[in-house]
Amino acid sequence: MAKKMAIIASKGTLDSAYPPFLLASTAAALGMEVKIFFTFYGLQLLTKDPNLKVSPLGNPAMPMPVPVPSLIQIIPGLEWFATWMMKRKLKKKGVASLEELRAICIESEVELIACQMTVDLFDFKDEDFISDISRGGAATFLEFASEADITLYI
Amino acid sequence: MSDFTVELDTTGLNCPLPVLKARKALSSMNAGERLHLIATDIGANKDIPAFCKMTGNPLLEANEHKGKLNFIIEKGQD
Repeated sequence: MAKKMAIIASKGTLDSAYPPFLLASTAAALGMEVKIFFTFYGLQLLTKDPNLKVSPLGNPAMPMPVPVPSLIQIIPGLEWFATWMMKRKLKKKGVASLEELRAICIESEVELIACQMTVDLFDFKDEDFISDISRGGAATFLEFASEADITLYI
Repeated sequence: MSDFTVELDTTGLNCPLPVLKARKALSSMNAGERLHLIATDIGANKDIPAFCKMTGNPLLEANEHKGKLNFIIEKGQD
């Protein structure tokens, strides 16, 4: 029987969006059955045009071309710049785009589950999301996770 | 380098793309056919053997030549 992996994706920044889609697509390539449960800010990963960002604010480990003090990082445009820089770097290093990894997940039958409670909480509409998703709650995730060989909270 | 049926060049691509593209290539091949995978992602040195082991596609050969990693993977029985 195929091994199973259950992931909770709870964050909506560009850098945090990579691990769920990257590990899920790879696990599927290794023959595993994968389900990702998207909750809270992770729901952004299921939107049609995610437009995710990365912020150096509150993230002292983020490499910057020049040191930028925290107080300066609140300046409008810095988040945009950091995101632009990160995307450029990802492309230059031959890393797949999020859209590409998400498409591979869908193609390899990874089940993408939107947490219904947080969909309601944030007033998301059906049309905000891509069509290849299902809906579920805590018990939906736990039922699958209880039989999973790998369970990750991201 | 052994004979092969299909060649797949993933030069410049980073993890996990060599594995994902290898899976896609193998899925359209017949059992016993061989895939020649070329990669520059150093991580592929460990990732491709792991992929082969988990998916039952034997890794027949692995070497490095002029900065490129070469793998010969045989498509296993489904």
